[in-house]
Amino acid sequence: MNIWAVLAINSITFGGLLFLLSAGFSLIFGLMRIPNLTHGSMFMLGGYIGASMTLTYHLPFWLAALIAALAMAVFGGLIERFLLRRLANSVLAQVLVTLGLALIIADFCLMIWSGDPIMVDTPSALAGGTRALGLFFPTYRIAIILIAVVIAAALWALLERTRLGAMIRAGVDDPEMARVVGIRVSRLFTIVFCLGAALAGFAGLMGAPILSVYPGLDFDMLPLALVVVILGGVGSLLGSLIGSLVIGFIYNFGLVMLPELAYFVLFLPMVVVLVLRPQGLFGRHAP
Amino acid sequence: MHLNRRKFLAGTAVAAGAAAFSIPSIAQAKSVKVGLLADKTGPLAEGGIQMEQGITAFLKSKNFTLAGQKVDFIVADTGSNPAQAKTKAQELIERDHVHFILGPLAAFEMLAISDYVAQHKTPILSLAAADDLSQRKPNPYLARASATSSQAMHVMGDYARKVMGLKRVVCIDSDFAFGYEQQGGFQQVFEDEGGCVVKKLWAPLGTPDFTPFIAQIQDCDGVCQGFAAAAPVKFMKQYADVGLKLPVCGGETAGDDALLPHFGPEAAGLITACPYTIDYKSDSNAKFKAEMAKEFQTVAGFYAAGMYVSGMVIEAGLKALHGDVSNPEQTIKALRAVNLQDTPRGPVHFDHFGNVVGNIFVRKIEKVGGKLTNVTQKTYTNVSQFWTYDEKKYLAQPAYTRAWPPVKACKA
Repeated sequence: MNIWAVLAINSITFGGLLFLLSAGFSLIFGLMRIPNLTHGSMFMLGGYIGASMTLTYHLPFWLAALIAALAMAVFGGLIERFLLRRLANSVLAQVLVTLGLALIIADFCLMIWSGDPIMVDTPSALAGGTRALGLFFPTYRIAIILIAVVIAAALWALLERTRLGAMIRAGVDDPEMARVVGIRVSRLFTIVFCLGAALAGFAGLMGAPILSVYPGLDFDMLPLALVVVILGGVGSLLGSLIGSLVIGFIYNFGLVMLPELAYFVLFLPMVVVLVLRPQGLFGRHAP
Repeated sequence: MHLNRRKFLAGTAVAAGAAAFSIPSIAQAKSVKVGLLADKTGPLAEGGIQMEQGITAFLKSKNFTLAGQKVDFIVADTGSNPAQAKTKAQELIERDHVHFILGPLAAFEMLAISDYVAQHKTPILSLAAADDLSQRKPNPYLARASATSSQAMHVMGDYARKVMGLKRVVCIDSDFAFGYEQQGGFQQVFEDEGGCVVKKLWAPLGTPDFTPFIAQIQDCDGVCQGFAAAAPVKFMKQYADVGLKLPVCGGETAGDDALLPHFGPEAAGLITACPYTIDYKSDSNAKFKAEMAKEFQTVAGFYAAGMYVSGMVIEAGLKALHGDVSNPEQTIKALRAVNLQDTPRGPVHFDHFGNVVGNIFVRKIEKVGGKLTNVTQKTYTNVSQFWTYDEKKYLAQPAYTRAWPPVKACKA
């Protein structure tokens, strides 16, 4: 088994999962100018809800993923409307609220699902893998790449080809001017927060057959989303995509080549970017 | 005195306040106070919750009365972090005046509180496996009924070599003390019996995806892992996803019975060594499993069993002391002198460091009746923390760390 080939494939698939996780984070950060520290928790909660749907209620995997996304969208909308909007004057307060919520959600999940890790079975259509060229290609992981591409295309179409997308892009570029022109930016905030939360919840169940769902998943994944978005650029879809791939590669190859410096290697690009080019590779403005 | 409304309200408040303070009654002074330090929140919460369940099941079965004494049971949440563990230990000792501390779970929590607890002469029945607390830096008030990190892995090294017939093994574990001590114990026995550890891979705590490490497993005929908490479940899944089919063996947490309902089918075939196993035939194990199922609807595992057995040790100690826990030196001596034959893990007694000597079970995960369960393959009896090594020689060698025992080139 050629280790470099395995790592390369896993880099791309891990990058796909990271894209699903961080696309929403990037949009929220870009439009609302706040790093949503609840994002990892919404990933985890979506994973738990989806896992319960498949394991307890025996719903099909894709339906469970949809339910997880919708549940997180509603949850995200409630957070934005009733908590974040009241603190619209203070960005710091909003960030702290998201952090507090993350801790509350973590305890809430512990109460409902207890501390045991929940492994979701790979959907049977995508189980197993193919052996070719002396390597083993797990079908589900390849499918994650395709799902990430489809979601990326859908988000691109939303942002570039719809009026809503144009308004969101305007809000990301310059919220004050957008308001002057008549765009209801606060309503956009709610929509984008719901969308970001839905993506996170969906990603949570997508990741569950690989990562399982367990207490601590939220803070295991949140730093990765942060690194991807800082590197790729806040508010940029292309940035999230490229950033996810880059971090996927750094994660896999870095852990192999420099295991003692694992997380240092992962966060060094973020530090370099913040110092040299704060808006990231494709960002429109500094975070 | 002119009674006006203000004085009346003030008087009522004082009276109510005085009533709220409990008046120590003579009967209350006879109760034994037992404090539990468990991670009820945080990443280690899974084990902490089971610890509480295990000891609660024991105390409930005895109606909270041990050796004729009423037991005051206090639970404190360490939050999976050492600073909070220290704070809670202080509360238990200085505010609640506990006679015994059960737990904590994690070695880093135990190391944070060990000196403090020893200073305050409080007997502690720890689950935490840090080797040196009963070896090179012993805590004189420790009675550990679970095991050291390496205790079960010495057995795994022997079984992997002699029964599984493995010759070259890649060790993979989490990058912290529990991982180092487990793999060190495995490596020492495995190599002393002619095997060779080809490489040791360390995954940082909190690694979501082990695939980069699994991809480095090559040039061997078996894998040894010692993951804990949630990691064993996803490790086995990710291992299968990479397409590897080499046999995997592991430590006490890697195949924990409590995780059995959560493993996917890829975990079948995993062989682990543990101080407790679900199919051990003893009256008390049958009782223990029934109580766990009834009270908590859960499968009993190593964490719960460790605390249940510790509860039994406290009971036996109290019997020997005739209920007198006023002298800590006598108390710890009585605890370490306990020798039980019928426990959920079989016979237990303690060595002179306060660490348990007892059974270690080697078991394999198999599908029985449509569900995964642990099936005992071999029982090693009377296993001490030093394996078959001479105690003085063992203590003279370095503690197991990331770099020791070193990985040497294998012969052919």
